Amino acid sequence: MGGVLFALIAIPVCTAVVIMAVPSRYPQLVRYISLLSAGAQFVLSIIVFFAYEFQGSRGLRFGFRVDWLENVGFLGKHGISLHLAVDGIAAPLVMLTGLVIFAAVFVSWNISYRNKDFFVLLFLLVAGVFGVFESQDLFFLFFWYEVAVLPMYLLIAVWGASSNFGTFVRTKEYGAMKLVLYLVAGSVLIFVGIFATFVEADRGTFDLPVLGQVQYDSGFQKAVFPFYMIGFGVLAGMWPFHTWSPDGHVAAPTGVSMLHAGVLMKLGAFGILRVGMTLLPAGAEFWAPVLMTLGVIGALYGAVSALAQTDLKYMVGYSSVSHMGYVLMGLATMNDIGVNGAVLQMFAHGAMTALMFTNVGAVYDQAHTRDMTIFGGIAKKMPRHSAFWAIAGLSSLGLPGLAGFVAEFHIFVGTFQAGYYWAGAAGILAAAITATYILRMLARAYFGPLNEQWENLKEMRLGEQFAAALLIAFLLFMGLWPTPFIDRISDSVRNIPGITS
Amino acid sequence: MLLPLGSFSVIALVSFLGLTRDGSWSTRYSGYLTIAAIFFAFLFSLWALDSAIDADGARVGFDGHKWIVVGGLDVHIGITLDGLSALMLVVVTSVSLLVQVYSQEYMRGDDGYNRYYAFMSLFTASMLGLVLASNIVQLFVFWELVGLCSYLLIGFWFYKDSARRAATKAFLVTRVGDLGFLIGILIIFSQTGKLGIGDIHEAAIAGAIGSTALTLFALGLFAGAAGKSAQFPLHVWLPDAMEGPTPVSALIHAATMVAAGVYLVARFFPVFSESEEAITTVAAIGAVTAIIASLLAIVATDIKRVMAYSTISQLGYMMMGLGVFGIVAAIFHLFTHAFFKALLFLGAGSMNHATGTFDMRKMGGLAKYMPVTFWTVFVASMALVGIFPLAGFWSKDEILSDAWDDRPWVFVVALIGVFLTAVYVGRMLFLTFGGEYKGGEEPEHGEPGGHAEPHESPPLMLVPLVALAVMAAVAGLVNLDDGLETLIVGWLPKESEELVTHGGFQWWIALSSTAAGLAGLGAAWLVYGARVVQPGRVRHFAEPLPEILENKYYLDWLYEELFVRGVVLGGAAWLLSLWDRYVIDGAVNGIGTAARWGADQARLLQAGQAQLYASAMLIGVVGAIAGILIIDAK
Repeated sequence: MGGVLFALIAIPVCTAVVIMAVPSRYPQLVRYISLLSAGAQFVLSIIVFFAYEFQGSRGLRFGFRVDWLENVGFLGKHGISLHLAVDGIAAPLVMLTGLVIFAAVFVSWNISYRNKDFFVLLFLLVAGVFGVFESQDLFFLFFWYEVAVLPMYLLIAVWGASSNFGTFVRTKEYGAMKLVLYLVAGSVLIFVGIFATFVEADRGTFDLPVLGQVQYDSGFQKAVFPFYMIGFGVLAGMWPFHTWSPDGHVAAPTGVSMLHAGVLMKLGAFGILRVGMTLLPAGAEFWAPVLMTLGVIGALYGAVSALAQTDLKYMVGYSSVSHMGYVLMGLATMNDIGVNGAVLQMFAHGAMTALMFTNVGAVYDQAHTRDMTIFGGIAKKMPRHSAFWAIAGLSSLGLPGLAGFVAEFHIFVGTFQAGYYWAGAAGILAAAITATYILRMLARAYFGPLNEQWENLKEMRLGEQFAAALLIAFLLFMGLWPTPFIDRISDSVRNIPGITS
Repeated sequence: MLLPLGSFSVIALVSFLGLTRDGSWSTRYSGYLTIAAIFFAFLFSLWALDSAIDADGARVGFDGHKWIVVGGLDVHIGITLDGLSALMLVVVTSVSLLVQVYSQEYMRGDDGYNRYYAFMSLFTASMLGLVLASNIVQLFVFWELVGLCSYLLIGFWFYKDSARRAATKAFLVTRVGDLGFLIGILIIFSQTGKLGIGDIHEAAIAGAIGSTALTLFALGLFAGAAGKSAQFPLHVWLPDAMEGPTPVSALIHAATMVAAGVYLVARFFPVFSESEEAITTVAAIGAVTAIIASLLAIVATDIKRVMAYSTISQLGYMMMGLGVFGIVAAIFHLFTHAFFKALLFLGAGSMNHATGTFDMRKMGGLAKYMPVTFWTVFVASMALVGIFPLAGFWSKDEILSDAWDDRPWVFVVALIGVFLTAVYVGRMLFLTFGGEYKGGEEPEHGEPGGHAEPHESPPLMLVPLVALAVMAAVAGLVNLDDGLETLIVGWLPKESEELVTHGGFQWWIALSSTAAGLAGLGAAWLVYGARVVQPGRVRHFAEPLPEILENKYYLDWLYEELFVRGVVLGGAAWLLSLWDRYVIDGAVNGIGTAARWGADQARLLQAGQAQLYASAMLIGVVGAIAGILIIDAK
């Protein structure tokens, strides 16, 4: 089964190569190749999730290793190796990645400007994402991390859109540059952290399971954990390093926003958990109150900012900041319920926000505006689209029966268990504000009398509808029957040192 | 519960696929499917009630099913079937069944016919799930789902501006209460590690919870209950909720969902009864609500709003009953109220069918045109006032005597409430059925006089009215021999059962409440029936109360204008967006500018001047040598 993980990285890379070879006068062929490849990734990622055995022996599943540099120079056994494996935390995130890329291909179907290059970059990005979730080697984890981040610049700068807000303009180049600068600054910190850890461990290897067995000096842990926390935190939209995220999302084309908010931001939170908290539990414990505070501020701040937005995409962008704040809160609880909640929230937010961006894209393609104040009553013209919006929004505000509630409930229980009563209460307040901005948006843009300007709007494309239905299926799956997720996640969360139960 | 849920899934799927097609083949069947599903659910409820009676109201056991288990967090979903839940099951399914039959006619030809039945099925399923929940998280899940259905059905005619506003308001206001509910759950879990309802009761009675935590938990639950049951100060959403179709108002906003708050407090009676502060709050909020809402009902001109305020006030009565430890009286009143209030709403729907309006000033004289509607609504109204021997008489009387027994001040408030109730009921009856017909609603444009001659509603609408009227007349007799008593308290732990108040029947209380009711009806007759006293004079006499009432105590203004628009949107959100744009981005862009400036300066160094490079190298070499010498010297 180890091959399945390798295949999940190899397929998108090979797809990128194959698409490069397709002459650009066959855009339709590019689309079908992309669809086939994304479909294969979707199926394989589902297999990874369901074939994951959570009972019996604990540890990693589907191990796969190719040694790259071994016994050279300062490197010892398994010095740098492409070591792939998933645990119960990575398995649902791998499935999320497969889901979102599959949906994103449907949504990006009509891209006609240099669609070949677009899909090449998109698949490179996805290969990087799979790589991060599956890597058990710090070097390669970092490598895939960069592979996932850098295509973003071109994807936004070439296929993105600039917005004019009257008083000020946000160009796509600005969004792309801001995003990349922030993320690169974050990866510099991660890079420093990785080398510090490598040197301190002194085992001559970047292998994560080996590094995880080392007892690091507690002073060292306290000194190095912030590098991981902030470095990865930038990508997770951690306040106050979040402003790249709304601007970047707004400038990006729909499919890229879906991947970025849906999956890429999860890499940040995943990195904090996989690298920071797993290797440096004492450091994590020391910094947990700070992480909790930043998470709470992010959750509230994102929600209140979303309330002030009139641009649909900015609203979704800020809601991502808010929901990722919940993830950080869950991680900072350092107990099994809260950390479970954080991972559940990563999945829930990933599927939900991908659905939201699908919706924004669908209406923007026709109306060429995202200003909710000049819409009105378009539910009459786009009933299915409106239903999708409502479901995404309801999941976002934590309605039971959809994924968001299950995740948020875990996080709130976790914060109370850990004694952060104020944080739990603030998180619940943020959920109330979320309800306000979501319902206000629905009422303003979708319900009420139809604005005659939008008489000619049509229902969203069938492909988009399919993507949305697929995402909703997963939101319902997790919302109604979270047991398969929780079985897998909690199986691995227990193994992380420093997590109390 | 599964049957309506199944019918929801089928209708939802079918209606979704047929959403854009008008008059598709599926349209007729969604109504039949819902009715069939709810009919069978009703039969099963009777069966459940029978089992509960056999068990003397004690809990009939079912195994739970694993849902969420992480470390200490253990949520098993299961079923609580006992006297209380069985009684609720019968109320929900019977009213729902009649309302669905009524809707067949009322909603005929509406574009959203499928959607309507899909939501109604989902609502009924969620309501049954709420009643049967064995775990507080499970209860919360269904609690939110009924709230969702309420939102969807209030906003059913989403293209109306008033409907979208009302729906949003209802969701947000109840949500405020639900946050308290959620915090309550978190408190109880962090204190006891338990989430099963039975386990929480045991912990509360055994004194395993600190008294502050117990009170906070109970108040949190009550916040949720106050939101759902529209208790002051969270009552503001219910009158606006009348924007939904009338059968929705009858089922959700009169008989079942709004009673869920009362059910919640009753379900956690063993917790509330352990906290003096909490139960006093329940009594006080109930009393305030009962009075302020019935005052508002006196000035409202829209018949549905009159009834909405009446519902709020009657829910206040139930809360008062719970607040005086009269759980039997409160649930009994919930039971009877469900029938007569659903009937009043369906009657209002029937009047609207005839006149095209809900404005009572444009009705009048309808008794002549719609005899069946008139007599059924009359029975329900008298039940609401509490006239012997109708249902409301018995249940209201129990609340009054329990109140006298436990807290006499609640009794006084309740008696004033009876008088006010009779006033608005009398006003409503005289305005709609008495006098001359005033022409109904003129359509805004197009053919006027579409409703020139009111007519009785078709049989499919009248059958549910008559059935409910029978229940409104006789439902009070069930408890004549204290038959409900064992059902309602049979599941309580011994320690809590001993705390329940049993006021018993007392002649003077029955007589005084009847007298108050008749006095109220008489007052209404003087003003609106015989017209001896002009309304304007009453109004003048009561200054400035009418203005305050017409502005609904200025609460809407306080919440919407001052708090939401002023503080949250105007203040906080605006400040934050500026903060992001100027402070954080300003800092970041500043760094960018600084970097560019630095680069510009650095560029000067590479100007291509050989002398500059040479001198720089020289300085470097000298410096390096100096450095080595200094280090070596040590």
